[in-house]
Amino acid sequence: MLDINDVTISYGKTPTVKDFSLHMDEGQIISLVGESGSGKTTVIRAVLGLLPGGGKVTEGDILYQGKTLLNLTKDQWRKMRGSEISMIFQDSGAMMNPTKKVGAAFVEYIRTHENISKAEAWKKGVDMLERMRLPSGDNIMRSYPFQLSGGMRQRVGIAMGMTYQPKILLADEPTSALDVTTQAQIVRQMMELRDEYGTSIIIVTHNLGVAAYMSDYIVVMKNGFIEDKGDRDHMLHHTDNPYTQKLLAAVPSLGGARYV
Amino acid sequence: MFDEKDMILEAKHVTRRFPASGGRELTACNDISLKFYKGKTLGLVGESGCGKSTFMNFLVSLDKPTEGEIFFHGKDITKMKGEELRQNRQNIQMVFQDPNGSFNPKMRIRDIICEPLLNFGRIKKSEKDAVARKYLEMVELPGDFADRFPHNMSGGQRQRVAIARAIALEPELIVMDEATSALDVSVQKTIIELIVDLQKKKNISIGFICHDLGLIQSFAHQIAVMYLGNIIEVLPGENIAETAKHPYTHALLGAVFDIEMDFSKKIESIEGEAPSPLDVPEGCPFQDRCDKCMEICRHKRPETVSLSPDHLVACHLFTNGGANE
Repeated sequence: MLDINDVTISYGKTPTVKDFSLHMDEGQIISLVGESGSGKTTVIRAVLGLLPGGGKVTEGDILYQGKTLLNLTKDQWRKMRGSEISMIFQDSGAMMNPTKKVGAAFVEYIRTHENISKAEAWKKGVDMLERMRLPSGDNIMRSYPFQLSGGMRQRVGIAMGMTYQPKILLADEPTSALDVTTQAQIVRQMMELRDEYGTSIIIVTHNLGVAAYMSDYIVVMKNGFIEDKGDRDHMLHHTDNPYTQKLLAAVPSLGGARYV
Repeated sequence: MFDEKDMILEAKHVTRRFPASGGRELTACNDISLKFYKGKTLGLVGESGCGKSTFMNFLVSLDKPTEGEIFFHGKDITKMKGEELRQNRQNIQMVFQDPNGSFNPKMRIRDIICEPLLNFGRIKKSEKDAVARKYLEMVELPGDFADRFPHNMSGGQRQRVAIARAIALEPELIVMDEATSALDVSVQKTIIELIVDLQKKKNISIGFICHDLGLIQSFAHQIAVMYLGNIIEVLPGENIAETAKHPYTHALLGAVFDIEMDFSKKIESIEGEAPSPLDVPEGCPFQDRCDKCMEICRHKRPETVSLSPDHLVACHLFTNGGANE
């Protein structure tokens, strides 16, 4: 469904991501893991054409259902984003306009995709929030982002991203800013998206525990290169890549190593 | 396991209330009693907003409790003032979560590390360079870093400098507020190893705030679990997966993602979020999210009972009240 073929991405002259290739099927969950600065986020931003300031795909191609994503016009992107491919950010609160209530932003979002009245859009928004297990969606629509907790904001972000049931969901560290309990809830919810809608998910994370639990396929990145990749079982138990093994050894584990 | 004579700091019935809008009161910490022992680590875990940092701020005298006392070697630090308070700060130091925010961006690493020492007149200005190098090497950084500015360093390196600054005064207790949460897992591991190593060499006590039980159980001697301003369980750091008793501790354990776990099993997690500390329910604070909630939990707050000398739990499942009803 999504093919990334030997992509090189550069900001300015030096390439940040080199020769990155990935093939994703429908309903697959893929994790990109690696340390900060390894280029994980750059890859998924490139997929959605959202590379910041001067970032460009200089080599290779990104294909969605066989068609390239690299030279879409603004109009084509508008149709693509949200309805075919959608994204959740690390802090959905930062993505929302702080001076606008959640409802106003949500209604605006729905009405750029669909030609419906404000009242209908509002109802659709509430409906979507409640499907994401946010109680009293109406109340949340009337709140400002800062009035919601981190977990609630993240659910609002997922609700917005999933409104049009995109085929691909890109998630950039969706649980890194959350408590362990909330993280578990969000992870479970994302897994349910796949079961219910058949959504394919690419999740960027540095938490190998989350990556291992969620994904079918894991890609380890280091300094812009793919260091290691394989299905979950291979990566956890059979890889002989020293870097992957080092990362795995660093995950704190219950009943694991104790230093005292 | 813990010897009373090794106790260096004891918090007794510490409560902190903040005034809130509408004449209400927000109780951030409610009747907290904890003990810190020489050379041991106490891990304080709980969700955001449960009062972990508020409590630790009392220890470093950044805030004062509304009620209760904190004894450091028998002296109540909450009553200290002026020069006595200033001198006492040498004994208890702190490492913050975000090393970016806790450094002056215009100071060189050398000045950052030596400032506390100069403050207390422990070294002369001319010794600065040698001292900075000594402490940098202690936290396994090259001595040349003394000339750098914080922005020239990676997050892990900055956190090492923060630790160097905290140990420079040779304190007896270091409070670490989520000191590794902003770091990558691989870096986190090396920082934890460094902390444990320094603790063994210098016999420092550590109060470590964390929300990940998987991490804290790897190096804490005792773990205190906090929920909505209340300590609900204090237990030894070993084998917490087997020894934990309180339903909330179990919920936290269930939410840990582990690479050794059984992936076919659905991840267990309590639903919903902690209620606002402005309207803590009557009775047990955890009642609304607890799957073992009983009638008594609705109206009576559980007393802390001790299951063994080092294991305290506040839950009606373990009080007589729960057994009788």
